[in-house]
Amino acid sequence: MTEKTYREALTDALFLEMRRDENVFVMGEDVVGGTGSPHAEPGFVGGVFGVTGGLHEEFGLERCIDMPISEAGIAGTAAGAALAGKRPVAEIMFCDFMGLCLDQLMNQAAKFRYMFGGKATCPMVLRTTYGAGMNAASQHSQSLHPLVTAIPGLKVAMPSTPADAKGLLSTAIRDDDPVIFFEHKTLYTISGDVPDGEHLVPFGKARMVSEGDDCTLVATGRMVSFCENAAQALADDGITCDIIDPRTTSPLDEDAILDSVEKTGRLVVVDETPPRCSFASDIAALAAGEVFSSLKAPIKQITGPHSPVPFAKELEGEFVPSPTKIRDAVSEVVNFK
Amino acid sequence: MQLAREELEQAYKQMKTIREFEEHLHREIMTGSIPGFTHLYAGQEAVAVGVCENLTEADFITSTHRGHGHCIAKGCDVIGMMKELYGKADGLCKGKGGSMHVADMDVGMLGANGIVGGGPPLATGAALAAKLDGKGSVAVSFGGDGSCNQGPVFESMNIAAILNLPSIFVYENNRYSEHTHCDYVIASESIASRVEGFGIHTVKANGFDFFEVHEVMKELIAKAREGNGPCAVEFETTRFYGHFEGDPQNYRAQDELKNDRENNDCITIFKDKVTEAGLLSDDDINKLDEEVNSLIEESVDQAKKSPLPNPEDVTTDVYVSY
Ligand SMILES: Cc1ncc(C[n+]2csc(CCOP(=O)(O)OP(=O)(O)O)c2C)c(N)n1
Ligand SMILES: [Mg+2]
Repeated sequence: MTEKTYREALTDALFLEMRRDENVFVMGEDVVGGTGSPHAEPGFVGGVFGVTGGLHEEFGLERCIDMPISEAGIAGTAAGAALAGKRPVAEIMFCDFMGLCLDQLMNQAAKFRYMFGGKATCPMVLRTTYGAGMNAASQHSQSLHPLVTAIPGLKVAMPSTPADAKGLLSTAIRDDDPVIFFEHKTLYTISGDVPDGEHLVPFGKARMVSEGDDCTLVATGRMVSFCENAAQALADDGITCDIIDPRTTSPLDEDAILDSVEKTGRLVVVDETPPRCSFASDIAALAAGEVFSSLKAPIKQITGPHSPVPFAKELEGEFVPSPTKIRDAVSEVVNFK
Repeated sequence: MQLAREELEQAYKQMKTIREFEEHLHREIMTGSIPGFTHLYAGQEAVAVGVCENLTEADFITSTHRGHGHCIAKGCDVIGMMKELYGKADGLCKGKGGSMHVADMDVGMLGANGIVGGGPPLATGAALAAKLDGKGSVAVSFGGDGSCNQGPVFESMNIAAILNLPSIFVYENNRYSEHTHCDYVIASESIASRVEGFGIHTVKANGFDFFEVHEVMKELIAKAREGNGPCAVEFETTRFYGHFEGDPQNYRAQDELKNDRENNDCITIFKDKVTEAGLLSDDDINKLDEEVNSLIEESVDQAKKSPLPNPEDVTTDVYVSY
């Protein structure tokens, strides 16, 4: 184990996987930085969030490719290269820009295997950032995992810790299906113990973040630590919670969630997206349909409102679920009569 | 320089207002009082002003992430903009948009844009509306060198051409998209030569010189108003600050910035031209500078005093009615 930041853990996974398999390569805007510059040696950016830094020194510009601002082209080139036997890891700087590449993901990469009668594989990874918290306003703050989770054929990973960042990215790169990999932009600087060497976290296997008796909390990404904060405060009132981080929204570890709800009888789902047709409503529907008789209180969903993400601090703060809102929701369901 | 005295004063004042607006932000961002992502337009003022001085409120523009200059040049209220950047309730967009989303429909400013290449299709749509209205309005999209590689930009140029729309594509080539040099990501000889391939009349011009920008645009915009279809311009220009504040800019040539600031500062070039030709005196310029400075001071003062948004307003204005 070595203490690493979330960012370093991701970079670690890229180094290991690129060494292990020469079909793996990275591509995206400024993933190297300065390729083809008349004034500077390439390599001074390493991705605007710094995840691909240093890769080109070991793997060269052939496998670390700076791309023009052409998101549809980036996603489509990755899908095509994957179809032709490579394992591209494409970076889309903010998931909001997936709007431009949606056709390549939704109609192409997601469906090759099915449409072609099981004869094709598209082992691409599309790494992207998501989430509010930086006052980056409506086009740079969205959490669009529900959108791609809803598309059969795509897998979706969203690590909440440095160890999972490494383990899930390694798995994503080795997976034969297209994976959309969501990195929360406020998590890059958090640190934690990360296993050295090969570390694979299986898809579809939730992490039990903490265990308790009174309520099940389900959350991903940044919201996991918000739940932990809330749970600490609740413990003072004698309320204990299971906190479950599914880690991949597709495939989804349904059993981990359902087993927990059967035990606690209460469910609060937390996600920083608008509420309609969301990951939160998906989990709520799952529990309501499968373990209805175990429920002692209505299921609560703590999400953003049905609005875009606003700019000003006061407004953005209202959009994002807070530990206080989570705590209040748990208190409410625990005290439900 | 066939411009009346008032026109010269107006042009200078607009460029200087943009410059001082950005200089203020440059200082203020370091203190942390400006939230979010802010991209400064300083250095490129001659383009925004040279274009927009040929437009009226009935014409449309779309802008980019580096949008403050276009907004001011098109007539957005400077005080409302400053309030918006500080995230205040009475900002031009009520604190919902911030730097990357300043807009004002009342003056035909259809928005800065957080999506590179987001504007040109919208401007093309506004040009379609203008054509259908038949009153001679035009729509200008501003875009950087980096934006010319987006598919929707290609598509809108072709649409504008086949529908013969009064759509004017302005490319501000400041040599870089973030940290990437334009030569690497643009395969054609220039942006202009690529755009010509769409069957669009295209000009390359010097964006450091307000008078050249103004003259080129005057002719092109007049033709577009008369129903001659789309056109495009690639302006050579420079940004005086990094892509974002704090950008070390190690991708630029040694002395590039120093050289640009010394020899390619559009405001200095303008000042030298008008004073040498005796069109405006140093005193005239100083007076305009004072006016600009007091406007910026006033805007900052008001922005700091303005009320913060009410958290409950997060859900207002999502729809017209719901
Ligand atoms: C669709 C999209 N892709 C990427 C970005 C990130 N980004 C913001 S500005 C920028 C560079 C734009 O370069 P250019 O068009 O030359 O404009 P300049 O910054 O030079 O004004 C990039 C890549 C974005 N905002 N939108
Ligand atoms: Mg540029």
